[in-house]
Amino acid sequence: MLEKALTGSKRYYGWMAALLAVISVGFVCYLWQFRFGLGITGMSRDVSWGFYIAQFTFLVGVAASAVMVVLPYYLHDYKAFGRITILGEFLAVASVTMCILFIFVDLGQPIRVMNVLLHPTPNSILFWDMIVLNGYLLLNIVISWKVLEAERNNVAPPKWLKPFIYISIPWAVSIHTVTAYLYCGLPGRGFWLTAILAPRFLSSAFAAGPALLILLCMIVRKFTKFDPGKEQIQSLAKVVAYAITVNVFFFLCEVFVVFYSKIPDHMDHLIYLFVGLHGHGVLVPWMWASMILMVVSIILLVNPVTRKNETVLVAACITVFVSTWIDKGLGMISGGFVPNPLHHVNEYVPTVPEILISIAVWAIGFLVLTVLYKIGVTVKEEIAGLA
Amino acid sequence: MKSSRRKFLKIAGVSALGLGAKPVLDVLAASGEHEETSKPEIMKGKDALIAKRWAMVVDTRKIESEEDLKPMIEACHKIHNVPEFENKNHEIKWIWLEEFKHEFPTQEHEFVDERVKHLPFLTLCNHCQNPACVRVCPTKATFKREDGIVLMDFHRCIGCRFCMAACPYGSRSFNFRDPRPFIKETNPEFPTRTKGVVEKCNFCAERLAVGRMPACVEASNGVLTFGDLDDPESEVRKLLKANYAIRRKPALGAGPSVFYII
Amino acid sequence: MPNKKKIYDKGAVLVGLCIFVIVITFPFWFNFGNAAPAPEPKISDKAKAAKECVMPKEYMKMEHMQLLNEWRDTVVRDAKRIFVSSSGKEFNMSLTNTCLDCHVEKAEFCDKCHNYASVTPYCWECHIDPKETK
Repeated sequence: MLEKALTGSKRYYGWMAALLAVISVGFVCYLWQFRFGLGITGMSRDVSWGFYIAQFTFLVGVAASAVMVVLPYYLHDYKAFGRITILGEFLAVASVTMCILFIFVDLGQPIRVMNVLLHPTPNSILFWDMIVLNGYLLLNIVISWKVLEAERNNVAPPKWLKPFIYISIPWAVSIHTVTAYLYCGLPGRGFWLTAILAPRFLSSAFAAGPALLILLCMIVRKFTKFDPGKEQIQSLAKVVAYAITVNVFFFLCEVFVVFYSKIPDHMDHLIYLFVGLHGHGVLVPWMWASMILMVVSIILLVNPVTRKNETVLVAACITVFVSTWIDKGLGMISGGFVPNPLHHVNEYVPTVPEILISIAVWAIGFLVLTVLYKIGVTVKEEIAGLA
Repeated sequence: MKSSRRKFLKIAGVSALGLGAKPVLDVLAASGEHEETSKPEIMKGKDALIAKRWAMVVDTRKIESEEDLKPMIEACHKIHNVPEFENKNHEIKWIWLEEFKHEFPTQEHEFVDERVKHLPFLTLCNHCQNPACVRVCPTKATFKREDGIVLMDFHRCIGCRFCMAACPYGSRSFNFRDPRPFIKETNPEFPTRTKGVVEKCNFCAERLAVGRMPACVEASNGVLTFGDLDDPESEVRKLLKANYAIRRKPALGAGPSVFYII
Repeated sequence: MPNKKKIYDKGAVLVGLCIFVIVITFPFWFNFGNAAPAPEPKISDKAKAAKECVMPKEYMKMEHMQLLNEWRDTVVRDAKRIFVSSSGKEFNMSLTNTCLDCHVEKAEFCDKCHNYASVTPYCWECHIDPKETK
């Protein structure tokens, strides 16, 4: 089926060429980083994780959200989602690919990455993260490919695939749980030291991922002859609506605990993010924008009138995606590092090469996604006799 | 030549299989070429200082100003080839000074007496009993030795900086770039670091191994006392018995091995 | 669906394949028979005077890297820093302070062969050649 990715319209080739151009710019920046060290980024002794790890965290969520189409279809026999499971799984493949790349570009000694396998250390959560991420990638590649192939040949998917599909459901939850455990088990970081971090990660993931999937469905409908379906999009929209609501609820739980208990180690980070601390507050406008956008999206998505209007739905999904991205991709990581454990305030701002490398990784993800969607959609068009 | 090539292949094969885990010495001994001599041995130096749990006591009563502490920092940073960067983001430090409110943020209050308020506190790795950095390291590049010292294996560090996020004392630094051009005076006896690895205070493991006290202790004029926390007769234990000492962030349960007599 | 097995543009494919094979094997046939003679590391006077190394010469020639790998682990991780050779002589297990103390000419002793074999061990990114710092 891979050959389907090799032929396409001028627009398809143009899009791929544009992605490759973005990737090459980032690649050159990465070579620079490889030679010079991570000093070309905005990270510091105090904020030792930055944009890369934040993107990784956000994208693990997008990857995990494939479960929101897989679960209703396979566990609850919600037939409508059969049309789009492949789109969800392919999105997961592309997202996990980006996650792994973001971890890689963040390493100070990338050539030693295999040390993680040479000296396996089960007490390190990063070790488990490696296992769940790679496992999830593999599961999704095998499942999506086999299912698509069966669909193309007009036969039922092989029987041996079923257990893997069922495993992939809790596995999706595990990738984001383990990712949250990277942070929430650290003793000196009050911002992350909360049992609700994993649930918060999952709720924002199940909002951001399906929101992106809705947008992708709309794009597929606009540019190809395959229609993912109105019902499918509406069902996804309900998932987004309640996930984003739960996400805001979880955040408010956090706010209550932190500010009612008044423990400074926990308050300082939220104060830094939303008000600014000792005159430092680059993220303040971003965090408020994120909160306001989340509330707006709840209003637009919970209300059936606005949700059913597809133009409004697109706007709402963009709103959800942007607001959760700010929350996790900007605030979640540097917010935990400021103030530092000695209560000094040193802020973090990414540098241009750092951003270019990040954009390139995103572009690689979209390249993978485009290739996979091209294959998936072409096969679907063939089946429907449209091609 | 031929036989040596065969041996090389054999050893290469063994190391590839065990990824170097199987000591090469065994292979050599097994090949039976040196029957006439004894097997090489590896051991601790005879003068090495040994303890169950190394600890340090800082007697802040003996400190009047920064000038009393600077020689200790200089001694440490000089022998360990710690670079000096102008860019504060890239800063590397093994031992440095902090005010009380930063050193003991949970113990700070507005009525702290004037002496303590303005006193510089020596800050370094606490060589914790339950080190979070060791717990999170995915390659065991940072590990706790039998004598309680938390050490870095610079050869193994992949630079993921998980340990920096985990350390509740901000004791760790990362080589954001090649440190060599920024080392004023290089001490050839101790390695520098390469870009991309994490580093921190090592309680002068390399000096203890040859029977010497840590460099900062030697330069401290009695401000610092170093010894075995497990030995009731040690100097550190005597000091702790006779004086009230505090540790940083005790509520976290990390169990620091650095004590401060206020 | 076409089910006739046939290679399209057979001629072009074959020419392309040939060019590919030639290009990919270029380093092999270009250098064939031109191998440069292996250099002999220069043994410093101090090393000559010492007469013995930590291990027999033949062993050191081929397996010094494994030995150094093991040294670095035992020194850093097991806190054992003394190596007693089979003749009973004690050595401090240190690349800079022991190996280079005897083999004083790193360029003549180490680099020469490493360059020939096209290996760049990263030991020297951290461990210091005392000559360079003077």
